[in-house]
Amino acid sequence: MSSKNCFHCGAESGKKPIVFNEKDFCCNGCKTVYEILNANELTCYYDLQNAPGTIPKEIKGKFNYLENTEIVEKLLEFNDGSTSVVEFYIPSIHCSSCIWVLENLTKLNKGIITSMVNFPNKTLRITFKNDLSHLKELAELITSIGYEPYISLEDNDKKLHKVDKTLIYQVSIAAFAFGNIMLLSFPEYFQVDEFWLEKYKYLFRWLMFAMSIPVVFYSAKGYFISALKGLKHKILNIDVPIALGISVLFFRSTVEIFLDIGTGFFDSLAGLVFFLLLGKFFQQKTYNFLSFERDYKSYFPIAVTKIENGIEKNIPVKNIQKGDRLLIRNEELIPVDGILISGNAAINYSFVTGESIPTEKQSGDKLFAGGKQTAGVIEMEVINTISQSYLTQLWSNDIFNKPIDFTIKTLTDSISKYFTIAILCIAFVAGLFWYFYNPSMAFNVVTAVLIIACPCALALSAPFAIGNMLRIFGYKKFYLKNAGTIENIAKVETIIFDKTGTITTSNKTELLYKGSELSIDEFRMIKSVLRASNHPLSRTLYNFIDEKPLSESLTEFEEVIGKGIIATINKVTIQLGSASFLGVSLNSTNETAIYVKINNKLKGGFIFKNSYRNGLMEVFEELSKNYKLVILSGDNDGEKKYLESVLPKSVCFEFNQKPEEKLNYIKLLQQNGEKVMMIGDGLNDAGALAQSDVGISISEDVNVFSPACDAILDAKLFNKLPKFLTLSKKTIQVIKASFLISLLYNIIGMYFALTGQLTPVVAAILMPLSSITIVIFVTILTNWISKKQSI
Amino acid sequence: MEVIYITIGVSIVVAIFFFIIFIKTVKSGQYEDTYTPSVRMLFDDELVTESDKDKQKNSQSTK
Repeated sequence: MSSKNCFHCGAESGKKPIVFNEKDFCCNGCKTVYEILNANELTCYYDLQNAPGTIPKEIKGKFNYLENTEIVEKLLEFNDGSTSVVEFYIPSIHCSSCIWVLENLTKLNKGIITSMVNFPNKTLRITFKNDLSHLKELAELITSIGYEPYISLEDNDKKLHKVDKTLIYQVSIAAFAFGNIMLLSFPEYFQVDEFWLEKYKYLFRWLMFAMSIPVVFYSAKGYFISALKGLKHKILNIDVPIALGISVLFFRSTVEIFLDIGTGFFDSLAGLVFFLLLGKFFQQKTYNFLSFERDYKSYFPIAVTKIENGIEKNIPVKNIQKGDRLLIRNEELIPVDGILISGNAAINYSFVTGESIPTEKQSGDKLFAGGKQTAGVIEMEVINTISQSYLTQLWSNDIFNKPIDFTIKTLTDSISKYFTIAILCIAFVAGLFWYFYNPSMAFNVVTAVLIIACPCALALSAPFAIGNMLRIFGYKKFYLKNAGTIENIAKVETIIFDKTGTITTSNKTELLYKGSELSIDEFRMIKSVLRASNHPLSRTLYNFIDEKPLSESLTEFEEVIGKGIIATINKVTIQLGSASFLGVSLNSTNETAIYVKINNKLKGGFIFKNSYRNGLMEVFEELSKNYKLVILSGDNDGEKKYLESVLPKSVCFEFNQKPEEKLNYIKLLQQNGEKVMMIGDGLNDAGALAQSDVGISISEDVNVFSPACDAILDAKLFNKLPKFLTLSKKTIQVIKASFLISLLYNIIGMYFALTGQLTPVVAAILMPLSSITIVIFVTILTNWISKKQSI
Repeated sequence: MEVIYITIGVSIVVAIFFFIIFIKTVKSGQYEDTYTPSVRMLFDDELVTESDKDKQKNSQSTK
């Protein structure tokens, strides 16, 4: 029987769809959104895109902290007493219908004046009247139609500094000057011996001079500053020959027009600066909807419910004091260390320590910060404030406060050292030669050498190659933080994987039943018993069993926390639980399992297996050919035998690793001179990700939290990982190839310079030509190699 | 050919004028988002749906 698709979100409506207005919906949430849109005549939403919605989540009580004026003040962008402006980051914006509905919010709430979406950044800016609307109301409204905002104070603080537009201004000035100077220099190029040219050439020359001044002193100032910095640290980075070339160009051209020797090289100067800045601009690819800098502060909620004298109050997380009583609801995070007072606690620490199965805690047990409560409401008493919690201690590690290292890191910088020395020697030797041979040419030749040898081609290869590759990667959902990451990836020799969440997927847990066969009736009885339990393992097993539960009710039911369940149904006694609870002896002690006894006879056990990502074995197989592979896990070693059997022999395993231990392991490898890449997903990997040379964070949903890293990889593309790594290596090879081409240009140019034939025309042709050919060559080649790899 | 002073002078003034306008627009933040306006432009304004028309007809007939 085919099931229809939900009219709102497109998912399968299942066997019992909810019907409304002759349309099928998969759940009450989608039906509610449709009702809201229908009532306000916004059904155009569905015309724009087929099934554009996402399933809305529960919102009761979720935004209570927005009633707190302190928090509201921090979140509002603007507030003049009557009107306020707020910007929400909404990760679920994904199509044109989203834009349409969010910009039509005025129809859903009278207090909203305007709402504007910024699609690339996935933000929504709402202007509203203070007396008609409130921030909490707005958040609840957009959540109810399926667009839940991700509110984090930490992200807010960082967003406040404005986008840096200096580079845009510099490029535009250089472009303006380049075009105009080029035109103004044509008259003298076409050396027409007309009288009027002799009279007016000074006009053209001085105009060119005037236009070059902002180019040299504003647009190119970055290069001078960087070159001076490099020289101070005794390093010859790529900006040194660039700055040298620009200054010599300007100096010689100015001398020429003052002394009326010639027309100067202003057009080459402007062209050079323009192309270099264009390269810089192209290399900057920022993903505004992602954040590569998130730490634990963005992971924690903004506020938590505190119980004071029996009354529930919302307080900001940073105001939590020792001794406070907190109320933690289902699916909420525990923000501080504390002791469990009451409630059924099943805490999921997979993000923090890497344990895959939630742990049950009893009253009086210590609860650590960072875990997610998964079994209802609990009350706890605070032991440590947020800055003293165990989790935040991890961030006091030195690795997070590393000062910026000022050494040669990139390929271009390492070549520039030899380049600079080479051209200085050549210039010196040439100057000496011509001084004795024909002194009048000496100045001409020395400056010509320094001008033409300017490494514009050298400096353009890397930005365009890497910039293009960054874009290709981003298009394929592998987002890199900056250009340097590609070069670092190409140098990596060892790859370290985290287990839980990285090579396993949390979407489905696989269950394996071992034991004597159970009849359908017996499965149904077990499922009926499980229905009454809230334990996460019970719920997983409940979903796993296909058969329908019995309609009869249980005559007896007893759940022992952390151990198991005893129940009677239809006069049959069913016992479900851990091995120790049922008195079963085990060979392998570390598997998580639910054993079944029916009428006191042991039938077998359901063993919980991690479900591994698609293509895991192929990925490891492919990678083990060129890299050393290690798996560091915070979980127990229950999966060790299985992993050893399916993965290549050379893979190393370490289990029960605490976050600091992972960090130290990497440090040790690095001290041996190895370049290490870490692939992880949770807060427990944060230290390791920062310590490694390249840290990649795997994310099931790139919009939610991922720890600070150098690259974010969408989990669905895990099996393409070897291809991405190979491509990074090939990009470096492309850059090296283009260095050869630029060397060729330099040799040709050097010929002209050394023989004193470097006229402005030759320079004006040679320099843009070399830049353009390098750019085209590099872009075509990177596109070609990525097509060949067929990512 | 003295007119060349005027022609070049005027063209430079015009060019600088456009350049200043460009700087101003970049500063105003127009170009921060170049994708959303392209989508926004395709939306229809106030849609008069069938039910609206029906409501109008009903209210008129009951008067």
